[in-house]
Amino acid sequence: MSVGMTTIDKLPHSPDRPAGAVSPNMAAIARRQRWQDVLFHRGTQAFSLLVLAALIGILVSLFMSAWPTFKTFGLKFLWTVEWDVVNEQFGAAIAIVGTVLSAGIALLIAVPLAFGIALFLTENCPTWLRRPLGTAIELLAAVPSIIYGMFGLFVFAPIFADFIQTPLQQVLGGMPLVGWLFGGAVNGMGILAAGIVLAFMILPYIAAVMRDVFEIVPPILRESAYGLGCTTWEVVRKVVLPYTHKGVIGGVMLGLGRALGETMAVTFVIGNANRMPTSLFSPGTSIASVLANEFGEAADLHLTTLFALGFLLFAITFVVLALAKLMIIRAERAKGT
Amino acid sequence: MQATRSDGALYKKRRTANALGLTLSMAAMAVGLVVLLWILFVLLSKGLAAVDLNMFTRDTPAPGSEGGGLRNAIVGSLMMLGLTVLVSTPIGILAGIYLAEYGDESKTAELTRFVTDIMLSAPSIVLGLFVYAIVVAPMGHFSGFAGSLALSLIAIPVVVRTTENMLRLVPGSLREAAAALGAPRWKVSLMITLRAAKSGVITGLLLAIARVSGETAPLLFTALNNQFFSTNMSQPMANLPVVIFQFAMSPYDNWIRLAWGGALLITLTVLIINIVARVFFREKSAGH
Repeated sequence: MSVGMTTIDKLPHSPDRPAGAVSPNMAAIARRQRWQDVLFHRGTQAFSLLVLAALIGILVSLFMSAWPTFKTFGLKFLWTVEWDVVNEQFGAAIAIVGTVLSAGIALLIAVPLAFGIALFLTENCPTWLRRPLGTAIELLAAVPSIIYGMFGLFVFAPIFADFIQTPLQQVLGGMPLVGWLFGGAVNGMGILAAGIVLAFMILPYIAAVMRDVFEIVPPILRESAYGLGCTTWEVVRKVVLPYTHKGVIGGVMLGLGRALGETMAVTFVIGNANRMPTSLFSPGTSIASVLANEFGEAADLHLTTLFALGFLLFAITFVVLALAKLMIIRAERAKGT
Repeated sequence: MQATRSDGALYKKRRTANALGLTLSMAAMAVGLVVLLWILFVLLSKGLAAVDLNMFTRDTPAPGSEGGGLRNAIVGSLMMLGLTVLVSTPIGILAGIYLAEYGDESKTAELTRFVTDIMLSAPSIVLGLFVYAIVVAPMGHFSGFAGSLALSLIAIPVVVRTTENMLRLVPGSLREAAAALGAPRWKVSLMITLRAAKSGVITGLLLAIARVSGETAPLLFTALNNQFFSTNMSQPMANLPVVIFQFAMSPYDNWIRLAWGGALLITLTVLIINIVARVFFREKSAGH
């Protein structure tokens, strides 16, 4: 019986029992269950650690695959403009500039629109319309990016060329100081077009975060401001926005992270030219679109350079997304206090 | 009099600013809706022209040849999606259980949660590069398995996070009641909380499927494409997104037409899954 002398037998009520039939059985069950629990705990933990392992695996394997490029060009890879496949001279500058410019333009357009949508959904939308309209905006996020790309290339680009690029070039193209921004061929593609298509891709993500953080503003703050006679606009500008600014910035950075890494929507409309863009209309390229376009034919140093670009893209978006997440976490903590 | 007049001016200014702000916000909403409807309209008008029986019964046409369909791409996409679901469901749900049930006890869990959130928005093309480096390059050829792996890497974080969130919505008293009856923790997790959160977890799975079914970039480096009908997942495999990408960029009219047909097919699938997931979750959670 000494085998059965485990915790179960030490429970207060167990000495009263005849220490024969039940206790060892129960002890065995308890022991088995404890063992199963440990197994379950560690097992599920192992699965969750897979995500961490994937992250480390991505960083390590990309860096290793990219190593020949980093070794050959060193740090100046980052600001070298040349991209010469034949002579194996590579620099990331064109792709980085294209990525940052198109994402920046996308933010400039998407942030005010997202703010407007979040404001509308939280402040002056009739209650019965809130859910369908919110769902509609979320569906905009569900549309696959390749659809945005096709839409951009076949539908948006021709309209953009005729009704936006041409007038802009005619009116502003001749002006000093800003004229160069609107130079170049008018064919509906280029950095600006990519930025606009991207803007509508990231719009729903930013709007969703903004709406969620606007909703955590305590009603008493809102109502106090209304009680003092504030208009809706003043409540949003002077109470809601200051209260939620961390979450709003987090949402914007989440959108930025998405825009930087977006491939298909950009590849269709950015023009895919390995030249430094000279105006808003000139074709360019982004890190993701270089990868999508050139990976099929790449070999040797060209291939490792594409891995180097991929590594850079992952590192940049990781930092942006991590900052975004920290901001949003802080905003949500503020709700608790 | 003086005071009243300037008060009136100020009041008017504030009213105008308010009206302007609210009008602009309504306009922003309208812009978002117009873009959604515009995309859907274009897809329907161009896509429906391409949808016929041939699209489902014929394989992708060779360059320059007439007719053809998307049968091999549809089958390839479905097979890869199926494998992705088989892989990411158990991994995602078990990891989600850990984060929800044991996640408050350790720093590692907090880090995992943080990283999962970042992986949710990580550039999918980089995940494709990663799978290329660890699977395609050593094996020496593209394959449907590699494509599924890349898609799983995208789907798993979605499943993990929704599972965790849904499990956290289950009241603690339910767990305590089960524990008081002597149920071990793993039984509480699998048979009580997971069951209570079932509809939410299924919603997460549906959203994950919707998310990966339109992914193109990672498949370019992993499954690539196959002009012929094939169900062999260890070989390059045709799939809708890559076919759409290649056909849309091509100079052939019938290819572009098929690309629109495929685009309509994918978008409708994704949107319907999304709507079903929402309705399903709302009904089930209202029923509780």
